Amino acid sequence: MSELVKKTAVEMAASLSSGEVSSVDLTQAHLDRISDVDSSVKAFLHVDKDGALAQAAAVDAKRKAGEKLSPLAGVPLALKDVLAQEGVPTTAGSRILEGWRPPYDSTVVSKLKNAGIVILGKTNMDEFAMGSSTENSGYGPTFNPWDLSRTPGGSSGGSSAAVAAFEAPLAIGSDTGGSIRQPAALTGIVGVRPTYGAVSRYGLIAYSSSLDQAGPFGRTVLDTALLHEAIAGHDAHDATSINAPVPAVVSAAKSGDVKGMKIGVIKQLQGEGYQTGVQKRFTESLELLASLGAEIVEVDCPSFEYALAAYYLIAPSECSSNLARFDAMRYGLRTGDAAGASAEAVMSATRDAGFGREVKRRIILGTYALSSGYYDAYYGSAQKIRTLIINDYARAFGQADVLVSPTAPTTAYKIGEKVDDPMAMYLGDVATIPVNLAGICGMSLPAGLADEDQLPVGFQIMAPAMQDQRLYQAGSALEAALASKWGGTLISKAPALNITSGGAR
Amino acid sequence: MALTYDDVVAKYNAVLGLEVHVELNTESKMFCSCATTFGAEPNTQTCPVCLALPGALPVVNEKAIESTIKIGLALNCSIAPYSRFARKNYFYPDMPKNFQISQYDEPICFDGYVDVEIETEEGPKQFRIEIERVHMEEDTGKSLHVGGATGRIHGADYSLLDYNRAGIPLVEIVTKIVPGTGKYAPEVAKAYVAELRDILRGLGVSDVKMEQGSLRCDANVSLMLKDVTELGTRSETKNVNSLRSVERAIRGEMIRHAELLNDGKKVKQETRHFQEDTGLTRSGRSKEQAEDYRYFPDPDLVPVTPAASWVEELKAALPERPSVRRKRLKELWAVPDKEFAAMVNADVLDIVEATVLLGADATKARTWWLGEISRIANDKNVAITDLPITPADVAELVALVASGELTDKLARQVVEGVVNGEGKPSDVVAKRGIKVVNDDGALMAAIEKVCSEQADTAEKVRGGHLPAAGALIGAVMKETKGQADAAKVRELLLKHLGQ
Repeated sequence: MSELVKKTAVEMAASLSSGEVSSVDLTQAHLDRISDVDSSVKAFLHVDKDGALAQAAAVDAKRKAGEKLSPLAGVPLALKDVLAQEGVPTTAGSRILEGWRPPYDSTVVSKLKNAGIVILGKTNMDEFAMGSSTENSGYGPTFNPWDLSRTPGGSSGGSSAAVAAFEAPLAIGSDTGGSIRQPAALTGIVGVRPTYGAVSRYGLIAYSSSLDQAGPFGRTVLDTALLHEAIAGHDAHDATSINAPVPAVVSAAKSGDVKGMKIGVIKQLQGEGYQTGVQKRFTESLELLASLGAEIVEVDCPSFEYALAAYYLIAPSECSSNLARFDAMRYGLRTGDAAGASAEAVMSATRDAGFGREVKRRIILGTYALSSGYYDAYYGSAQKIRTLIINDYARAFGQADVLVSPTAPTTAYKIGEKVDDPMAMYLGDVATIPVNLAGICGMSLPAGLADEDQLPVGFQIMAPAMQDQRLYQAGSALEAALASKWGGTLISKAPALNITSGGAR
Repeated sequence: MALTYDDVVAKYNAVLGLEVHVELNTESKMFCSCATTFGAEPNTQTCPVCLALPGALPVVNEKAIESTIKIGLALNCSIAPYSRFARKNYFYPDMPKNFQISQYDEPICFDGYVDVEIETEEGPKQFRIEIERVHMEEDTGKSLHVGGATGRIHGADYSLLDYNRAGIPLVEIVTKIVPGTGKYAPEVAKAYVAELRDILRGLGVSDVKMEQGSLRCDANVSLMLKDVTELGTRSETKNVNSLRSVERAIRGEMIRHAELLNDGKKVKQETRHFQEDTGLTRSGRSKEQAEDYRYFPDPDLVPVTPAASWVEELKAALPERPSVRRKRLKELWAVPDKEFAAMVNADVLDIVEATVLLGADATKARTWWLGEISRIANDKNVAITDLPITPADVAELVALVASGELTDKLARQVVEGVVNGEGKPSDVVAKRGIKVVNDDGALMAAIEKVCSEQADTAEKVRGGHLPAAGALIGAVMKETKGQADAAKVRELLLKHLGQ
């Protein structure tokens, strides 16, 4: 493995600006790494080799011409396949979109391109972001670089695995119920779900519009902050986009001071149901934060008990409507188009063939929950719970600057272990879902390895809406304290991957 | 059993409910920046948003909200300080998202009314039509079903889809039930739609062209026996594309319902389609089982919260109400009732007013527009406003006649020239060499010539039989190629013949 790919994004950016390395070389090093390991990790659905090298060459030319470049210009990135990129296959992990090449860029992609960030390719995901393990991808699962028999989490498992496997220093994911934070936890990297509305959803293929939010992955808190800053900001193409300055996440990540910060531990998100090693690393991290001068308090969020139930009504309801557009009329898969077949028959056959089991399950759930006569009992009640959760957070943030919990109750589980038990799979999102329901922001960062399985544990930090900088402030403090305790970053302890030629699919 | 309309209204009362869809004339669509030009090449006015490409998101057109609030205010509605868009979920190939963004239980305008006046046997009578709600939504695309006998999707070989119309802003104006119109139900409905059209045109928010579909009416009709208060089963007639059709469709449905009820049959609650050629409706989709649209607030959009101060500003800037304006113009121009009704029917109030504002006499202006110019428009089968003759042209024409430079007869030739694109009236006069023969000598020569040619007739006039003069005047006019003033000819002729 080239030493280049082991650097942090900040170090890569420094090497680029000093002229020590070109973006083309850096990009090629990552393409080589992908080619070496992705046949076993399977993080990517599509590697855009030519596009990435062309983008890298353009950045090198600009740098040579003395143009002022943004901090991450020339640094490569892996993009979750949920985001539309002009001319590049975009499937959202679904067979129903196989072969579709969008005629437009999502706002996130436009911002990445404007920042000179090199997009290596599109990463695997649970179909339409519905799932927590990437096993629901229409194109097969992604494997956890820490243990290839295990899941990298999901739904942004392709992105988290790519960063953990050094196939990219940075990645974009999307988080509807924990789909950035949980895979970050399971692969020992940093992932942030920004405040709802902080990053434009324009061009993000919708799963659940009121919960979806794109966000950054990195191997360090500062790398993640730089990417966060590059993709955030108001967008006139998204009515729910927040029209306010982007919080100062980069300077917060650089300061990393928690002295006097009040940190609230959510009573409902620990203890029973949490793996011993997960709980242990979480408690140790709390002690570290206290030793840095933070004040630890316990907060009560009684409505969180209902969060999972509310999520599994709201998200399926919205998805049942959002996914109605996949009707075989204008793009994507079309089957059953025999002579005499009606539009309805072609639509049905296509949806039957193109959607996977979990997607169908959620469309049916949501259709039922929105039906007249059931609306009030299901969708209506779920919205009320949402309000209660918002109120719980408001009270808790009255007592603490940030709230914390383990990101996921367990470390990475085996591929296939929970695939036939949706309830068990859904329970893995118990600690992340409340953030989405309330529209606030959250981060997961590595807290160490669980003693029993030597797999990464995630530490979750939550902050009020538009206070994303608090995540980075607390996160970088904890990251630094843990690194000095371990004598290096957690990811540097990840097992080396066997080099298998054959490359990406 | 076949019934006459009189039979029907002797036994039953009709209850109406009218839903009018108005396409707003905003430059861009409801939720994206695509153009809205009517009749553009199919699928050229589309983008990721209105084609519902994966990932695309809607953003509300502020201008459409402004137009809708203006409509609500003009219809005496309350304006909601908070309203939301909802998704109406159903599948149809020309609806890209397979849901329509509409407003459901939280419309932007509600509880208004419109007063309309119709001529009855007892004189003019006013009816109040109560408005339940005015809300915003988006139009669908258009399907063209090719092959098959009916032009409908069932039985078609294939369908062509044009998404240019998908996402055009629509405003739906829904009345409360309209009872108590008796035998005038069809006329009241027509007058209501006409009044709406005039209000909307006055606001400048829509082209209100029924034939192009920018104003569409769905008419709900039910009947109940005269002494009964329980509402009957309604039918909803769609595809009613002119004011005349509104009247015909309702009259036709009233007769159809009555025939069913008299035969002891039930009226089916269903959608029906009006057919222009027969004046009848045919059955569309049955509404016996209400479709479940699974409405829920659209999570991609934020609530509409117009500031009270903005609504007040819009209210203060509303134009004069059409009914008030009509009354004012009628008095100002001193037009008799019947004549004024003819002007309203011919839709010439705006152009007559514009002509008068350019200095023309009101009666003269009205006569030109309602007479000669309307006749040409009818002959050419175009709207009067689509003829290439302007209020300025007519004002100039009236001035030329007033100054004696043209006779009425010559002026008609000038109108013909203007309509043919020969330029302004003065250009036509110059190019065609039209001028009044005012030279008494030339006229006298023509008179003497005619009188000697038609000596018998001239003798009759000389003997006091004045009606005979007409033939001589006609001959003199012909002799002078129509360029003489007929009144002047008559005066000189009679003098010449000692009368």
